[in-house]
Amino acid sequence: MDLSFSAEELAFRDEVRAWIADAMPPHIKKKADDAGHFEMPEVMEWHKVLYEKGWVAPHWPKEHGGPGFTATERFLFSEELELAGAPILSPFGLVMVGPLIQRFGTEEQKKRFLPKILSGEEVWCQGYSEPNAGSDLASLRTMAIDEGDHFVVTGQKTWTTYAQYADWIFCLVRTSTEGKKQAGISFLLIPLDTPGVEVKPMLTLGHTPAFCDTYFENAKVPKENLLGPLNGGWNLAKALLGHERTLVAAVGHCRRNVRLAKRIAAHQLGADGKPLLEDPYWRERIARLEMRLRAHQMTNYRALAEQQKGKHPGPESSILKLVGSELVQQTDELCMELMGPDSLNWFNGEGAVAPFEQWVGPMFCYDRATTIYAGSNEIQKNIIAKLILGLPKK
Amino acid sequence: MDFDLNDDQKMLAKTVADFGKKESTVERFRKVRDAEGPGWEKAVWQKMGELGWLSVPFPEEVGGFGGSFVEVGLILEQLGKTLVPEPYLASVVLGGYPILLGGTAEQQQRFLAPMIEGKTSLALAHREPARRFAPGAVAATATKDGEGWVLEGTKAWVPNGHAADQIVVAAKAEDGLGLFVVDGDAVERETLGCIDGHRAAHVKLDGVKVEADRRLAAKPAEEVLVQVLDHGAAGCVAEGFGLAQSMLWMTLDYLKTREQFGVKIGSFQALQHRSVDMFVEVELLKSVFTEAIARVDQGDLEARRAVSAAKLQLAQGGQFVSRQAIQLHGGIGVTDEADIGLFFKRMHSLVTLCGDEAFHVRRFAEEMDAA
Repeated sequence: MDLSFSAEELAFRDEVRAWIADAMPPHIKKKADDAGHFEMPEVMEWHKVLYEKGWVAPHWPKEHGGPGFTATERFLFSEELELAGAPILSPFGLVMVGPLIQRFGTEEQKKRFLPKILSGEEVWCQGYSEPNAGSDLASLRTMAIDEGDHFVVTGQKTWTTYAQYADWIFCLVRTSTEGKKQAGISFLLIPLDTPGVEVKPMLTLGHTPAFCDTYFENAKVPKENLLGPLNGGWNLAKALLGHERTLVAAVGHCRRNVRLAKRIAAHQLGADGKPLLEDPYWRERIARLEMRLRAHQMTNYRALAEQQKGKHPGPESSILKLVGSELVQQTDELCMELMGPDSLNWFNGEGAVAPFEQWVGPMFCYDRATTIYAGSNEIQKNIIAKLILGLPKK
Repeated sequence: MDFDLNDDQKMLAKTVADFGKKESTVERFRKVRDAEGPGWEKAVWQKMGELGWLSVPFPEEVGGFGGSFVEVGLILEQLGKTLVPEPYLASVVLGGYPILLGGTAEQQQRFLAPMIEGKTSLALAHREPARRFAPGAVAATATKDGEGWVLEGTKAWVPNGHAADQIVVAAKAEDGLGLFVVDGDAVERETLGCIDGHRAAHVKLDGVKVEADRRLAAKPAEEVLVQVLDHGAAGCVAEGFGLAQSMLWMTLDYLKTREQFGVKIGSFQALQHRSVDMFVEVELLKSVFTEAIARVDQGDLEARRAVSAAKLQLAQGGQFVSRQAIQLHGGIGVTDEADIGLFFKRMHSLVTLCGDEAFHVRRFAEEMDAA
């Protein structure tokens, strides 16, 4: 057991740090310093900077354009990005559909899709949930009717995050109504400019246009856009959940929040005129979350170390989503508490509150989603109870 | 970063685990608890010595294994799983580390070598009545008396203080805090029963004479004491991690066998989600346990942070597990007959010893980076 980093690993970290400082465009750097919210155009701009360097997909195998980082290097790399406050890249292509295409796609599909996911030339979004299929995803009803050389797709997908910026959507669609409901689902890749496809953005609780509804009305989708076997989409969806796990651990998000909490606490003054950061009460409130975050981060390292050995995610990885999502919310809540009356601020422009406090309210609101998305925490607990703890069904 | 144990460490953990399963089940703990005597068995202690378990962190020159706290932590985790009553934490960690870190080679030979063989046991007496954990909060005094010292004062709740052959006493001398090794027989001690079925002692130092060569002065005593208490805290976490795993398994077993309303109670979603909450805390405990036992020997800021974060998780997560384990056992969990409650009580002791939640949160907060 050795929890330290080797000299090579530390040299790699220094190289990454120096590169970020040099390569980050000034307007992104300014927003990063102010803990601002990045919209998709800025995210894609940063995506392209990383792509030029060859570092946009640290978890992809070399043959598909990954940089060949070890798990530890991947961890150090993501830590440096996070410390710099860099925009978080859209996960739908790089983390979700990309690895699925690598694993289940035909050679043509790999050639067609992977290079443009890497370059950012094509942006993806996810079409899973429907108005009546949330946690009970397998009851989805968007139909894809087989018409010989193409499918005809009709239905509605919801929570299709940032679909308005996307070129493609990967969808779970119903291709059969026979047998178990999971057995009639297929995984379809659909261009969003297909006639009959319409995207309607909606405001989130944080007043960002992150969510969308995406409607399909007799949209023609060529057969070659089927990923994996016909009626085999449920297995692909399950495989994807494994990729999502270290992402939803949200270690970077939590660490940024703790740093933000300290920054707010250094800015806000208490009754004695001293910064809250010097008040033992507030210091301990922050310390408790930093201590729990340390435990969470160490759990994430354990999961990464298993991955590095090529092992399947162990029991520790199943708790990452539960703990990470709750810590995101708790650190948001603490930031709001530290801001006091300033936390009432809602998009009032410069001067109403400190620049780094502008986005705390919207973040506090939007992050209620963390315990809901990627399988609500209650669904996660059902799965862990059954698959890991072996508790009986009724 | 590498979380894997080496082959020796794996073997060690397995040997201790087997010992718990075959030779020292909870039933044995119960028997020893209810019998007259020190609350542990000399023969078993000697066997631990023969197996080399008491030697792991100590230098080879005095018969030690020359290992690290990782091995100590692995042993304590396994001992915790079946409530093995021998004073491993009290004697090897709390009694042994002051001599390891603050003693000369001669002192280590004199006091550690017999303990390593299982012939003697040790204890640390630093806390005083109604005083808490700060290493320097010591009122007992050591007054120069010729070449030696005379100790005055009272020490409270000394783990294994009732049975130890030697006790390391913290007392204030004219040149600062001192650590003195006194024979158990040389002090007045009152044996006390503890909530967890262990015994401890109040120790009265009423003009106890100590020879000069019994003062541990290879390093400043305050520094040594901080290190010893952090190793002790990491030891509490290790043993507590063992307890928490057992409590989770015992509770899951119960949920899978107990029937009400015509079904296994483990099929109820409210109880399933509670079990998952317990599982989450056990996994987090494993994470902080790992970091604490791997880092504590560093003795630096990162080591202190790791230990304090671990002790907080024991207090919060470990006790969540022990409280919910009783709740999910229902009424039987509140009887002395059921084993689960014995774990609950030991968990309280481990949370309290070597710095409680308040102590570790405050220390972490005081040393916290500003950004």
